[in-house]
Amino acid sequence: MSVETTPTPEIRDAAIQKALASTPRPPRASALDAALTFGWRGMLKVKHVPEQLLDVTITPVMFVLMFTYLFGGAIAGSTGDYLDYILPGILVMSVLFTTVYSGIAINTDLTKGVVDRFRSLPIWRPAPLVGSLLGDSVRYVVAGTVIVVLGLILGFRPEAGVGGVVAAMALTVVFAFGLSWIFTTLGLLMRSPNAVMNAGFMGIFPLTFLSNVFVEPETLPAGLEWFVNVNPISILADASRGLMEGNADASDITIVLAVAAALTAVFMPLTTRLYRTR
Amino acid sequence: MTSPKPQALAIEAEGLVKSFGETKAVDGVDLSVRGGSVYGVLGPNGAGKTTTIRMLATLLRPDAGSARVLGHDVVEEGDAVRAAVSLTGQMASVDEDLTGRENLVLLGRLLGLKRGAAKERATELLEAFGIAEAAARLVKNYSGGMRRRLDIAASLVVTPQLLFLDEPTTGLDPRSRNQVWDIIRALSSSGTTILLCTQYLEEADQLADGIAVIDHGRVIAEGTPGQLKASVGSGALHVRLLDPDQRPEAEQLLLRNLGGVKLEPDPAALSVGCADGNKAAEALAELARGGVQVADFSLGQPSLDEVFLALTGHPAEEEEKEEQPA
Repeated sequence: MSVETTPTPEIRDAAIQKALASTPRPPRASALDAALTFGWRGMLKVKHVPEQLLDVTITPVMFVLMFTYLFGGAIAGSTGDYLDYILPGILVMSVLFTTVYSGIAINTDLTKGVVDRFRSLPIWRPAPLVGSLLGDSVRYVVAGTVIVVLGLILGFRPEAGVGGVVAAMALTVVFAFGLSWIFTTLGLLMRSPNAVMNAGFMGIFPLTFLSNVFVEPETLPAGLEWFVNVNPISILADASRGLMEGNADASDITIVLAVAAALTAVFMPLTTRLYRTR
Repeated sequence: MTSPKPQALAIEAEGLVKSFGETKAVDGVDLSVRGGSVYGVLGPNGAGKTTTIRMLATLLRPDAGSARVLGHDVVEEGDAVRAAVSLTGQMASVDEDLTGRENLVLLGRLLGLKRGAAKERATELLEAFGIAEAAARLVKNYSGGMRRRLDIAASLVVTPQLLFLDEPTTGLDPRSRNQVWDIIRALSSSGTTILLCTQYLEEADQLADGIAVIDHGRVIAEGTPGQLKASVGSGALHVRLLDPDQRPEAEQLLLRNLGGVKLEPDPAALSVGCADGNKAAEALAELARGGVQVADFSLGQPSLDEVFLALTGHPAEEEEKEEQPA
């Protein structure tokens, strides 16, 4: 076989030598810097493919419109009253649905060689995961904002004003951060991004519907009512409503934060371990 | 450069073993690689090369055996190993959904460079590796050769003392392959130790100071490229004649000069075992003097198949995948 031996002018030996000579090793990146850099990576991906945000916003928008106008009259007597009830809940649902995509993103990463590079770097080991969830938090905020803006257009007027809405959103995003560790664990265990999506929604869908996001639990059969009342998503939805109305229950907020912390405490080390050994 | 005493061992591995389920991917590999050298690990797909490299780069934990990389134990002092090595994996280890520049800046930041320094470094590397023009394109739109170059550049954002290169030219066209070879030579001459896994004897021969041949998870031969080729026996001189009717004459002449002529299925072609370029040239001159007209000829190196046949008595065969990453 004849091998082409033309010199390759664009590879400059001298330039490579110089590039190699000129780097003293910098001090190791701090845990925070490494995590924030991975968060920046997540946002670059959104920048390059903004369409991916559509996925996570269309479903909740459909839910707002459908439930308000289709069921609002039947459930709450008027569409306006029902909008006040479900909007804070749909904010929660919209953000929680988005957490499934964190698991899908991790799984997609795993199928590529880049994970090997990240794992061979001298960095804080959970940094790729924490960073990717920090980046995802930006998506959660986008998903939440879309719902709030839609609500305002449809006539939703939260009593607690901007401050209440921001507080509700912040609490929801913190809870989502905790919840998304479950999906990153799932993302590391399952074989394909599609499998993660199916399993993720199979879990999050019933859990969201068996909460007080759409209906008052008092109307439900006793067993179901009990479950709906202890479902953390109900508590989060209550807290979110309370914050927007200006009458939030401190114990609701505490429970939500505690659940988020517990999820992180259990699933973050698990995820980090899986990420390292996979 | 920071490579310490040139005689110090950069890699010392003893009895490395790694199984995946029933399959023993690596079955007792010993390696010793001198600091500053290019060391080739040669073997077919599934021989255990990638698994070995992944253990040395701390991505996999060995089931048995031990290894020290630049003096640090790969299990006990993984962080110290990671701080001194870079890995260019078999699958391109760059993020396809980012641009070339973003990839390099990302790694610079992760390795502790400040924002400005990371950007400068990215620019410097993009220019040195001839990808400056594609810097703002997404990597998924890169050609195979460009992606490989970016991949190697990504390993050099902070100059490593030791670089693992896993099949850097598999799937590349000859021109891109030559470019990658040029890069490896430049890296080596600047003092970086390189562990190069390859399926191509020619690649190991061109670049490596020492070679280990690996098969079924074991090192079956070790030495300099010259020693290895000598132990394998020769390559072959292949000749095609203008006139097939002259083949008996050619056979006689070659037999006298080199011995052991093989007649090819092509009625105008014949080949003869020969590793020595001078002897081959003499034999060709004899053909010309004898009035035999030669259409073309080549002096082939022994292929990996021939190496394996000579070393193991069986041809290099692909085994099932050595691991299932997903």
